[in-house]
Amino acid sequence: MTHGLRIRKVGNLVAMALSGLATCIGLGILAAILWTLLSRGVAGLSWSVFVESTPAPGSHGGLANAIFGSLLMTALGTLIGAPIGILAGTYLSEYGRDGRLATVVRFINDVLLSAPSILIGLFVYTIVVATMGHFSALAGAIALSIIVIPVTVRTGEDMLRLVPVELREGSAALGAQSWRTITGVVYPAARNGLLTGILLAVARISGETAPLLFTALNNQFFTHRLDRPMANLPVVIFQYAMSPYEDWQQLAWTGALLITAFILVLSVVARLIARFSAGSGTQAG
Amino acid sequence: MSRIETQARRDALIEAAFKPATLLAAVTVLVVLAGIVVGLVHGAWPALVRFQWRFLTTATWNPVTEVFGALAPLYGTLVTSTIAMLIAVPVAFGIAIFLTETCPRELRAPIGTAIELLAAIPSIVYGIWGLFVLAPILQHHVQPWLIGHPGKWPVIGKLFAGPPFGIGILTAGLVLAIMVLPFIAAVVRDVFLTVPRSLKEAAYGIGATRWEVIRDVVIPYTRGGAVGGIMIGLGRALGETMAVTFVVGNAYRISASLMAPGTTISAAIANEFTEAVGDLYTSSLIALGLLLFVITFTVIALARLILMRLERRSGRRT
Repeated sequence: MTHGLRIRKVGNLVAMALSGLATCIGLGILAAILWTLLSRGVAGLSWSVFVESTPAPGSHGGLANAIFGSLLMTALGTLIGAPIGILAGTYLSEYGRDGRLATVVRFINDVLLSAPSILIGLFVYTIVVATMGHFSALAGAIALSIIVIPVTVRTGEDMLRLVPVELREGSAALGAQSWRTITGVVYPAARNGLLTGILLAVARISGETAPLLFTALNNQFFTHRLDRPMANLPVVIFQYAMSPYEDWQQLAWTGALLITAFILVLSVVARLIARFSAGSGTQAG
Repeated sequence: MSRIETQARRDALIEAAFKPATLLAAVTVLVVLAGIVVGLVHGAWPALVRFQWRFLTTATWNPVTEVFGALAPLYGTLVTSTIAMLIAVPVAFGIAIFLTETCPRELRAPIGTAIELLAAIPSIVYGIWGLFVLAPILQHHVQPWLIGHPGKWPVIGKLFAGPPFGIGILTAGLVLAIMVLPFIAAVVRDVFLTVPRSLKEAAYGIGATRWEVIRDVVIPYTRGGAVGGIMIGLGRALGETMAVTFVVGNAYRISASLMAPGTTISAAIANEFTEAVGDLYTSSLIALGLLLFVITFTVIALARLILMRLERRSGRRT
């Protein structure tokens, strides 16, 4: 083997080893975070976490009001945001296509998709909280829905475009109007993809903290009123983790474990649905 | 009127309404972004009128005397994001190379998914992990070494001066690096996969090693897409809030040392907004938000333009 070739081979080995090392770093961090969450979070896991409300420092309590608030605001945010997002995705895929408006909407949507979520919190504060005069769960849900919209627009358009054009033509040839083709043929064909997009959006917003800080705020007590401040897991975790009280910090770890487990399960389910539909979905195309 | 006629009329009504409804939803996207701009400018107006350009050049942030300047948080945002990119970009490229070239085929999907799951973990979890796990490690093991060795070198020694706090600009940069890593790795992996097989095989055919193919064929071919991916990551790092708020130290000062506590734009807003008293204070915080919007919008828009142009070229979305 010549000297030059040996140097090139060693260089190749070093580069490949470094790429493996980089991947080990990424996987190692994931493992380290999950391990910390499990080891610190499980210790505080008990029935009272799910049935008692957030305590005053030093007294016993749970996260029931925060879990309820998070579920409610996540559900509301999705119910507001997902239909708008999917309709907008429908416009981009079925009507706008490569038109100028569609191009602009697509571009702005991509910007919105990566916009810092704290700015969405500030925006909703100025239009909802400042107008109503107080923090409210509704404002929190609106802030979350603004994060849902760009996610579902993007996945919605991508998934609808995967539906073979022959299906639309077949439907049109039978005399169906465009809304019937879309709701009766295109949506059902893209059902799993749309569902995946919505699940990913739910996963994205259920851990969001910054948009809730100035909208839903927090509430020490259990409430179901949408016009009042409402406890939610991310803000409680933030507040309790930064506190000097050990029982509050324990609740923060338990809350973090619950939220992460929820999100990871959702993400994995979403991927399984996507893979399942890719395997057995429409064959034409 | 027969049932069929009623049905036909109803269908015609829906047909007439359906497209405008989708159009309205699409326009909502534009309205939301316009609303964010208008809302931020409106809220920031009193502070902008009061401080004008001095808002950008003043390092003071004093709620008592009501003098507010964005320099310290702006500095913190830029420095933490720079640290994050310096660490995350090489590692992300390593992961992308591993996933597209080195990794055994059966392991590609599971490892790729694991890296993507890293992106799904909420930022607040990175925050408490950074504060309770990473910061103590840095404080007791890494920072004393940095102070003892590079801290004694000329010129760059200033970057590593001072006591080991654990939290601070450097820690925030590290946590940000971990957070943006999966985003960059995912985009870079996807653009690496767009390289035509024939190009790579031609290079292998003339005897190139794997690393040479990556360095001389894959990376030049995907330069635009990779830059787009890096800038998306940068946009995230600049605007990330919760993870940074936990570990940055929240001190309004600009120090040469990376180990000193500092603050960032998003951390300042998150910490102070609900407690701010007085219109000028609130308005100054919204002005910080406007500044953050301008910076991130520029970065993200540039990234998207680059990626969009590539998509048009290659005929697929990345």
